Amino acid sequence: MRIGLFVPCYIDQLYPDVALATVEVLEQLGVEVEFPTEQTCCGQPMANTGCQHETRPLAQKFLRIFRDYERVVCPSGSCVAMVRHQYEDYLHGEPGFEHLRANTFELCEFLVDVLKLGRFEGAFPHQVGIHQSCHGLRGLRMAHASELIEPMYSKMRQLLESLEGIRFSQLERPDECCGFGGTFAINEEAVSCQMGLDRLADHQRAGTEVLTAPDMSCLMHLAGLLRRQNSHIRIMHIAQILAGREVPNGHR
Amino acid sequence: MAHANIEHAVDAARFIDNQERTHWHDQALWFVRVKRDRAAGSVAEWEELRSRAAQIKRHTMSRLADYLEQFEEQATRRGVHVHWARTAEDHNRIVLEILSRHHVERVVKSKSMLTEECHLNPFLERHGIEVVDTDLGERIVQLRKEPPSHIVLPAIHIKKQEVGETFHQHLGTEKGASDPNYLTEAARGHLRSKFMAAEAGITGVNFAVAETGGFVVCTNEGNADIGISLPRLHIACMGIEKLIPRAADLAVFTRLLARNATGQPITTYTSHFHAAPPGGELHVVLVDHGRSALRTSSKFREALCCIRCGACLNTCPVYRRSGGYSYHATIPGPIGSVLNATQDAKTYHSLPYACSLCGSCSDVCPVKIPLDQQLLALRGEIAEQKYLPLSKRVLMKLTSFVMCRTWLFNLSGKVARRIMPWMPRFLIYNRLNAWGRQREIPEFPKQSFRELYKKRHEQSR
Amino acid sequence: MSSRDKILSDLRAERIPDVALPPTAGNWTVYDDPRQQFVQVLEAVGGRAVTAPDEGSLETALSGIDVYRQAARIWSLLPGIPSAGGNWSEVTDPHDLETLECCLVPGEFGVAENGAVWITHTIIPQRAALFVTQHLILVINADQLVHNMHEAYDRISFEQAQFGIFISGPSKTADIEQSLVIGAHGARSLTVVLLGGR
Repeated sequence: MRIGLFVPCYIDQLYPDVALATVEVLEQLGVEVEFPTEQTCCGQPMANTGCQHETRPLAQKFLRIFRDYERVVCPSGSCVAMVRHQYEDYLHGEPGFEHLRANTFELCEFLVDVLKLGRFEGAFPHQVGIHQSCHGLRGLRMAHASELIEPMYSKMRQLLESLEGIRFSQLERPDECCGFGGTFAINEEAVSCQMGLDRLADHQRAGTEVLTAPDMSCLMHLAGLLRRQNSHIRIMHIAQILAGREVPNGHR
Repeated sequence: MAHANIEHAVDAARFIDNQERTHWHDQALWFVRVKRDRAAGSVAEWEELRSRAAQIKRHTMSRLADYLEQFEEQATRRGVHVHWARTAEDHNRIVLEILSRHHVERVVKSKSMLTEECHLNPFLERHGIEVVDTDLGERIVQLRKEPPSHIVLPAIHIKKQEVGETFHQHLGTEKGASDPNYLTEAARGHLRSKFMAAEAGITGVNFAVAETGGFVVCTNEGNADIGISLPRLHIACMGIEKLIPRAADLAVFTRLLARNATGQPITTYTSHFHAAPPGGELHVVLVDHGRSALRTSSKFREALCCIRCGACLNTCPVYRRSGGYSYHATIPGPIGSVLNATQDAKTYHSLPYACSLCGSCSDVCPVKIPLDQQLLALRGEIAEQKYLPLSKRVLMKLTSFVMCRTWLFNLSGKVARRIMPWMPRFLIYNRLNAWGRQREIPEFPKQSFRELYKKRHEQSR
Repeated sequence: MSSRDKILSDLRAERIPDVALPPTAGNWTVYDDPRQQFVQVLEAVGGRAVTAPDEGSLETALSGIDVYRQAARIWSLLPGIPSAGGNWSEVTDPHDLETLECCLVPGEFGVAENGAVWITHTIIPQRAALFVTQHLILVINADQLVHNMHEAYDRISFEQAQFGIFISGPSKTADIEQSLVIGAHGARSLTVVLLGGR
């Protein structure tokens, strides 16, 4: 299977290892990965600010780059939610859009729903705190949202669970927002940071050693707070855990 | 109410400055959310109830005029006086006329967000009528001359010591006393005398039934019921969106409302009014006040389905950490941001941005209003109407310009990664950098993914 | 144009897509033991359940309820149970009910899912008594329990309705720091006597 790799702009520039880990995980599973180098940003920051004129050309550019791939995979629930839910406003009726929308997947979704992976080989002898990034959680339904009365499930946890030695943190608030929220992190700096600090306190209490998420943006915000506090909690994107990376010594 | 433009972030930051109170406020509301989860989880068909409620409300909105006429016809047949008010001013005038006709000087009122929205209390007071809010929380804020900060828990922002102080001042309770049992008992005695003296009772309406011409009022304290069963005159004020078609639909809504609002299986008192008792008079005031206008918007009309359970406030991570007053509106929180910004985008331009788009509000909503999507759509309207601050507009234009040109994106990244590691701290972490106030910025890697990928590709060849 | 006509014409001017009205029937929760469920929820909402095997033992059951035994001003709407301390059934001004200590009222039926009891104006001529009395005792037949609110509304006819109410537990508030306080404005205690059965 050949997929187009969609790498969020800030991962490309700031967290290259997350994208490399994604490539490694996919290739290990026999997936042929192609990174179209013309890509930049899906346009979410503009869209979420309400700047539709500034978003449209980026959505069109994205469609042009990715529409011919059988499937598109991305290590970010948020950016995939943009394609799946928000692109409709910009690309409705454009040739190839329906195909693109139906075939763009977040990494864990792709592993669980498309590759039908039951378990993942490897070891990770650490206590892991899963941060349920909201757009993956409620936008892509990657896990049970605590508001809904439905059976429990979590695609992330399903993948991590089979790693040898892994333990999970039991949080008081299983899926509260970390407060990143894109430009919200700047516009509402005080609330954003308070939300992040509260989330971290919950992980601290629960004994989290490694905090992971399907979205590096949430983790960038949380890591920024952790570094300021010199906390011992380490941050890893789920792709890095799955690719067998060591737990980092410091914060990136 | 005329307001200068509201900047939610400024008031939120001020609220958060008091860390102890912020945590306390957040915990108090989270506690309600946890109770809600437990109550909802005890109903196996919860999600089915939400679907039914959502559908019933949307159906009603699609035929609202027919159902209003049916309601009026049925209610009138039973001797209920039905009034129609297009605006808040119409509503207040109608209520005043009814009260004046009966020479009423003292009114007791149970909780009604509609009368808050219309600012009925100050209007009646200006006309020499005493209005006493009888819900304990509402009475507390009334004595303190504050508006409610939450639509179900009006005094959630006030500590018991502060209630004790207020009651000491107004009701003569012991100085320093703050035991909720003691304070509630004092309020009971105080309000009993108000109930005994009142010549009319005003209530809100939770649900009105088109088929029967009746309406339902839900309370826990019993204040609405005492307030309208002692005097002969009962005036019920309702927004036109409170209608549901059939009495049987009440089952769906009474099962959802209290569980979602406070985690109770049902409110203590769920009263059904269809006619005045002998010798009494029952009036219903149907109020539009912007509702028919909101209904014309395909993007936002679902907000009219709201049953005012307050669950979106309780679950909202922003509301819990910024308090009701930071919204400067009768209805705060996610639903309030939608209702206020759709009515007045200029004044309330910052409210749709007081949201991290986490979506918890939409999942907790008993009638499935897509609140997070509406808040996002509102940002589009605000940008379109040029209410977005210039700095943001320019930044977004610039970002888009760069992102549309791959070479420029690559170049900018390269330059930033070269420069940033050499920048002295004071240049990065200063007043202008809101990110860096409490957070470190990420360390810049030597190479971008695309550079590493290219190298990796070349090596493998 | 009157406000009424303007509102209606504004609403009619904007035709919005039809949404079907869902059916009222459904696969709603029923309980293996509705009585046990009723009692459990009633106690959880601050009420109390008492059992009387038959009408003959009602008096004995009542005498076990402290607030009834200690009350001097009692209005009983139950056949065979006397009132005390006043001619309550002749009261025409509800303000005169203010000193009522205990009120005994037959309920029509109870709802297992939420511990509520349905009462209408046909049973109690002065509805104010339900709220101004210090203590409220409701009596229902144990076989008159429905499982859920859907069944409840199926039973109720609003044809001749004036006033009807579901009461679930005593008056309460949590408006001061979310601390639950029983006895806000209405009855300080609620007891439901289940007549018959076990």
